[in-house]
Amino acid sequence: MQKNVKQETLGLNGDEAVAYAAKQCDVDVVAAYPITPQTIIVEKFSEYVANGETKTEFVCTESEHSALTACLAASATGVRTFTASASAGLALMHEILFVTSGSRAPVVMAIANRALSSPLNIHGDHSDSMAARDSGWIQIYVENAQEAYDSIIQAFRIAEDTNVSLPILVGLDGFTLSHTLENVIVLSDEAVRQFVGERKIPAVLTHEGKTVPYKLDPDNPMTMGPIALQNYYFEFKRQQEEGMKNALKKIGEINDEYASLTGRSYGNGLIENYKLDDAEIAVVCVGSTSGTIKVIVDKLREEGIKAGLLRLRTFRPLPVEELRKNLKNIKAAAVMDKSMSFGGLGGAVFHEVRHALYDEPSHPPIINYIYGLGGRDSSPSELRKIFDELVQIAKTGQIASQVRYLGLRE
Amino acid sequence: MTTQEWKFTAKDIALKPDLFLSGHRACAGCGPASVLRLIMKATRGPTIVTEATGCMEVVSSIYPYTSWAVPWIHTAFENAAANASGIDAALKAMKKKGKAKHEHVDIIAFAGDGGTFDIGLQALSGAVERGHDFLFVLYDNEGYMNTGIQRSGGTPTGAATTTTPAGSVNPGKLENKKPIADIMLAHEMEYVATATPYYWKDLLTKVRKGLEVEGPAFLHVFAPCPRGWRSDPAKSIEYSKLAVESCVFPVWEAVNGKRQLSIPSKLISLAPQKKRPVKEYLTGQGRFRHLFTPQNSHILDEIQRATDKHWQKLLQKCEQP
Amino acid sequence: MSRNEKGWKEISIGGVTSKSSTSFMTGDWKTYMPIIDLEKCTVCLTCVTFCPDGAIRWRPELGKIEFDFGFCKGCGICANECPTKAITMKME
Repeated sequence: MQKNVKQETLGLNGDEAVAYAAKQCDVDVVAAYPITPQTIIVEKFSEYVANGETKTEFVCTESEHSALTACLAASATGVRTFTASASAGLALMHEILFVTSGSRAPVVMAIANRALSSPLNIHGDHSDSMAARDSGWIQIYVENAQEAYDSIIQAFRIAEDTNVSLPILVGLDGFTLSHTLENVIVLSDEAVRQFVGERKIPAVLTHEGKTVPYKLDPDNPMTMGPIALQNYYFEFKRQQEEGMKNALKKIGEINDEYASLTGRSYGNGLIENYKLDDAEIAVVCVGSTSGTIKVIVDKLREEGIKAGLLRLRTFRPLPVEELRKNLKNIKAAAVMDKSMSFGGLGGAVFHEVRHALYDEPSHPPIINYIYGLGGRDSSPSELRKIFDELVQIAKTGQIASQVRYLGLRE
Repeated sequence: MTTQEWKFTAKDIALKPDLFLSGHRACAGCGPASVLRLIMKATRGPTIVTEATGCMEVVSSIYPYTSWAVPWIHTAFENAAANASGIDAALKAMKKKGKAKHEHVDIIAFAGDGGTFDIGLQALSGAVERGHDFLFVLYDNEGYMNTGIQRSGGTPTGAATTTTPAGSVNPGKLENKKPIADIMLAHEMEYVATATPYYWKDLLTKVRKGLEVEGPAFLHVFAPCPRGWRSDPAKSIEYSKLAVESCVFPVWEAVNGKRQLSIPSKLISLAPQKKRPVKEYLTGQGRFRHLFTPQNSHILDEIQRATDKHWQKLLQKCEQP
Repeated sequence: MSRNEKGWKEISIGGVTSKSSTSFMTGDWKTYMPIIDLEKCTVCLTCVTFCPDGAIRWRPELGKIEFDFGFCKGCGICANECPTKAITMKME
């Protein structure tokens, strides 16, 4: 850690930490629509604007669809943009998620993960952003408010890298993280500004034959968002995939750069390996529940059980190598999903993790636990049962049932 | 340069280079293409254009070709006004932070029926309420023409479209045309106007006035579609004249809510004998052909009555001080 | 559509269009083409104003208007609007 970087500790909940980070990143335009549990983000930002603490243009759009559109158009004009949403709001934006990624606009969006209707539920689960996993957005899920703060700052650097140029979503669990007060260590405005720097814009070839920055500029007119027929559409999609590939590397680089500035590192940026090196049983988890699992792992270790946790921080792009490296020698693993993929074999994270390991010459039996839907809390004793199950599976190699539901009343 | 100073003639317009370029793939005789080309003659400086999905967007931006000599962005169907909001916010932010390259950049949002009357209405209403500085132009060809001539909120009563076909039970669209300009007027904008391409001087003046407003302005332009209306491509401009003369589409403007008839419609109000029967406007349009049968003649009468009623109402609203 | 379409590594990101439509000749669409009788033409420029394709140009140095048949789609608006009926549409 650089000795001269001053940091102070503030009492902030996840939403406040996100808003604070966005403010420090000198965002130019924020266009957003309120939805529980993200409301504190927009409210806090409005306070900053009302008190002149930031020169950001804050647009209170009339819907989330327009919010993301406005961010996309602003980003296309060459400025730095940020927004936030959750649940139904993210669902309403769905069309524009694809447009934003296809337009290669580095919009940063915080999602206070919340369940989707119907029935209506305002509490935390991952169904909203998991449903967007094919949209071409980088997805990072955080464990606590501290990481939410740090990840927003990192997000601008990752998204705006000219070899990435993709929008990025930072997920924090609704209410559990968004509304819970924590000690958050923050950098000075100056340090953050220096870290994120000015937005770099990639160059494109326009119809005037000029190679100029990709933005709406009357001095260098260009056409964005054309219709691309069968003979061209495919190539643009492949380009987006290349951006994702480059993001895999970039996320690790930014994590390390940020770590040397602040002393805080989140695994290697892609995954966090918690006592996995010699582990025999492991749980793969996304989000804040990982914190509880870590406590359980520690307890199990005290009892002599070689348990470990793989916290999947980056979900898109999927860190395939990390998953393979860290899980192939485990004897039994459980993947936790805070969302469902109806009619599929288990949840999204289960699909992805199992798929990543399929071609490895040896990989553990893997089961899936669907949990916490609609904000249902999982107690440590409930979570501990997962490990007990894994111990059995490791011993016998038999899986009773592949997909289970934790805490569901039958 | 204010509109009072901007004097222009056909010669000035002819010499001003096109910003909506030749080589676009619109149908022969496309009314909206003529409208867009004309409107882009009235720009006054750095301009950014955003457009909703629709005929004009598709014909002018088939990758790798573009017909736009200005910065142009399309994102989706229902959000032309939200695009404009984002661009406006970005320009304002750049100005605040001293990063703006130009003193002022005009923003024009183009949208057709769908992007204005129906799916785009929410974003438009929101953008206007927030006071963004842009000119929203509706090129009204009275249907969702790009997707194959389906009915829109702007399709007039009695018109046959693919979703309101003239059958043995239903004679075309049963509902009325949504009074979009009145709706926008109710938003208390500084400038709302209607225009047609035939009266191009009137149209261009209105575009300028709209651009000069520091805030939102709305322009409803009548744009005949020979394909969708099954009319003679050569008569697209002529129909926009007939629409005014028959009072089907009166031209007016409202500055700060004060509405005034524009000269072409004013002349009709002063000389009512010049008002053409609606039948003359409807004839020759395939979408109204089924109304010229004996069993549907009462609908023709209804359309005439409704047109007269709207015209009288408009005259009253315009006379108020 | 050209046979020499570029691969994903060569084209610019974001779908930014790389050619002006003025290199795409829509003139071969037409069935009828406008013929002008210069004796009747008063150079009022009505046709130039209304052409949806910008395919009629005023040449002040020549004192006349000129059709760009590379873009003219033969819609006939010019002929219909000409106040002196100087333009007629003839089958190509």
